[in-house]
Amino acid sequence: MTEVPEYDPTPVGADTAPEHLEAIATSAAVLELPPEKSGFGEGNVGEVLLDIEGLSKSFGSVRANRDITMHVRRGEIVALLGENGAGKSTLVNQIFGLITPDTGTVSVRGDDTPIKDPRDAIRRGIGMVHQHFQLVPVMTVAENLVLGHEPTKAGQVLDIASARELVRTLSAKHGLPVDPDAEVEDLPVGTQQRVEILKALSRRVDLLILDEPTAVLTPQETDELLGVMKELAASGTSIVFITHKLREVLAVSDRVYVLRQGAVVGEVETSTTDARKLATMMVGREVVLSIDKADATPAETVLSITDLHVKDDRDLGAVNGFSLEVRAGEIVGVAGVEGNGQRELVEALAGMRKVVSGQMTLGDLDLTKANPHQTHHAGVGHIPEDREKHGLVAAYSIADNLVLNEFDQAPYAKGGVRNFDAIVEHAEGVRKEFDIRSSSVHQSSGSLSGGNKQKVVVAREMSFKPRLLMAAQPTRGVDVGSIEFIHRRIVDARDAGAAVLLVSAELDEILSLSDRIAVVHGGRVVAEMPGRGADRTEIGRLMAGDH
Amino acid sequence: MTTEWIAKNRTTLIVTVVVLVAAYVFYYAENGIAPSMYTSAWGYAIPLVLAALVGVIGERSGVVNIGIEGQMLVAAFAGFFASAYSGSLVVGVLAGIGSGLILGGFLAWTTVRWRMDQIIAGVVLNIIATGITSFYYKPGKQLPGLMPSFDVPILSKIPLFGPVFFTGTSIFAILAILAALFVHFGLFHTRWGLRTRSVGEYPSAADTAGINVERQRLVNVTLAGALAGCAGVYLSMDASSSFERNMVAGRGFLALAIMIMGAWRPLRAFVMAIFFGFINAVASQLQQSGNIDLPPQLTGTLPFVVTIIVLAIAAGRVRAPAAVGQPYIKGDE
Repeated sequence: MTEVPEYDPTPVGADTAPEHLEAIATSAAVLELPPEKSGFGEGNVGEVLLDIEGLSKSFGSVRANRDITMHVRRGEIVALLGENGAGKSTLVNQIFGLITPDTGTVSVRGDDTPIKDPRDAIRRGIGMVHQHFQLVPVMTVAENLVLGHEPTKAGQVLDIASARELVRTLSAKHGLPVDPDAEVEDLPVGTQQRVEILKALSRRVDLLILDEPTAVLTPQETDELLGVMKELAASGTSIVFITHKLREVLAVSDRVYVLRQGAVVGEVETSTTDARKLATMMVGREVVLSIDKADATPAETVLSITDLHVKDDRDLGAVNGFSLEVRAGEIVGVAGVEGNGQRELVEALAGMRKVVSGQMTLGDLDLTKANPHQTHHAGVGHIPEDREKHGLVAAYSIADNLVLNEFDQAPYAKGGVRNFDAIVEHAEGVRKEFDIRSSSVHQSSGSLSGGNKQKVVVAREMSFKPRLLMAAQPTRGVDVGSIEFIHRRIVDARDAGAAVLLVSAELDEILSLSDRIAVVHGGRVVAEMPGRGADRTEIGRLMAGDH
Repeated sequence: MTTEWIAKNRTTLIVTVVVLVAAYVFYYAENGIAPSMYTSAWGYAIPLVLAALVGVIGERSGVVNIGIEGQMLVAAFAGFFASAYSGSLVVGVLAGIGSGLILGGFLAWTTVRWRMDQIIAGVVLNIIATGITSFYYKPGKQLPGLMPSFDVPILSKIPLFGPVFFTGTSIFAILAILAALFVHFGLFHTRWGLRTRSVGEYPSAADTAGINVERQRLVNVTLAGALAGCAGVYLSMDASSSFERNMVAGRGFLALAIMIMGAWRPLRAFVMAIFFGFINAVASQLQQSGNIDLPPQLTGTLPFVVTIIVLAIAAGRVRAPAAVGQPYIKGDE
């Protein structure tokens, strides 16, 4: 995880911090709740709500959860921290009844009968906000909210008026504004997230599970969410919060469980720990949180984009007059809330999307009308945003994926016949260099973990020494250890003289890697600034369209 | 609200009014062909409406049913021979509906429980249906009587609609109208409908909201079989009084096209079915009038040619339920 060097963690302990107690006393949410629901009366504080004993779950030969024991008290925010594939989602999915444990018990309020399915979990007061939103895109907010517990009149007839009313009430109570009649697919992700939370809260919830809720949010939206979480905890709701962002763990949780390879490797009070200790626990070794890099020494302009216009899949203008220059030996970070044309920009640069107007050149080559094959041979390395879709052929082996761009070139092919020795030899070298963890280079890339898949893509795009490296969300869904590694490689590529265009929704990543930052909003660069000393809040404000 | 609704549906409203006026003028223009054409159009549309509803219910729940053709064929067979042997029309109708239900259950079980490929399951159903009905077919049987026909009071007095829909009508005609209204109301205004649509659009959202995805699909696909049964019984016992090999003649597939053109909405599918009935009536009129010298086999293809054209136009404008054709697999299976 990348930490901003100047960041100073100020953990809020729910039971100790005075402002938190005040929040309990004054929170309107608490006052509105009937006493039996608030759960925050005398004697209730600290009562164990969720108790997990010796939980284990295997998928085939993979042991996703190993003998996990944990508990959550009433009104407590517990963070589950761990790398990708550490078993966090598997764990909470068992609490929510989506997965059945092999052994062990999950007891809610002392009742340890197995949780059969989500219906059962909901009945026992467990609510969950899933990593992939569980909202029906073509339905309205109100319809989604009441799905599964619909208010009806005359038996079966849907009472949509009271559903709307329920949305408005909940929305006002928790300070999460949404339009009950909006169709979910038209809403920005941040708002969809609100709908998800309101959906969980629309039933009686004692324990709220949030599975990586901040992955898609802007910094402001994240802060808003953390605020809501604290308020909920203050009114007696327990929260289990999955994340791999240390900053959020430190800001909001009371206690942290760290998972590694399916087992709990540590349990700490948040107030007694810091980012470095947590990261070390997570990865099992010292992790460099902020990357050490020398100042950039930019040379000649490599990429120059002038007044670029590109349309999105729905044929609407996504990139609207985008201009930017990237020079050799510098990393330019494009910061912005997702959906502001970044994807279309990168796809246009990679030759995957038609340019409506404007120009882009690489040195003195015009790439405006180039196809992906031509851009690659012009010297553009492209780490795509969606590695499953555009980065890898899941069914192919690691070795084949590593030569996807060059399979028809010497030494990997000769006279139209592939040279497997050369391919395997190349793959063996890359596997060692990039520390791709697999049984062999013949393993199918689809069976790798997220971090290792990404390493395959990064290795392929870097090993031909591109003049321009485009990295779109290069560490999305990748664990801390791999993030550190990928960041290191990106900086190395820069030092070797490549121009690097980094597009990321992670502000931390932009801040720690970029020599120059371009903030995009509405498909246009709205501000450019040097990376050193850039102000987080200022960028967040610009990203939100306030400029 | 109403003005907004009118603004949003302006094209639809204008087209509806124009079509109605044209239909009305043509009907009362004393040309001698219109009344019979309209009746034949509606007659052709009745099984299409019922069968399209089977498709709508299935696909809205996420299950493709290309076995409607086979369901109809078996129901036509079962209905005809059950009443021929038992001497009772009621027994025939019940046998037809029952066979529709059984085949619906077969399709539901194989695709939902066993997660068999839905297309293959449907094809298998059609092949079995053709085989069974051809094998057990006995020529020379007759129905014990005709299905009752009646005028609906009051409604039959409405100009244009009265004579076409409500005069000398049969229970299946009335059933088709009611079923379309009922399924429309059910899908968009009841708890069942909300759940059905959620299961067809995004089953994991339904599952995490505590809805039993498999059960919803099983029940819907099975019960829709009853409507397919009615469509089949109508063909062998009401539209004609005989069973012939392969008598469904592609109507089950045409119904799926109608479902798509109707954008998976029951009432639009109803209108599209009537449109196809009309195309068919035009085709047979061309044949009878003798003005144009075309072999009947060629005019008979008219509805299907129109299907291809209309589907090509509709493609990209309508959107199928997102999860259609995909079995739902829970987290740890």
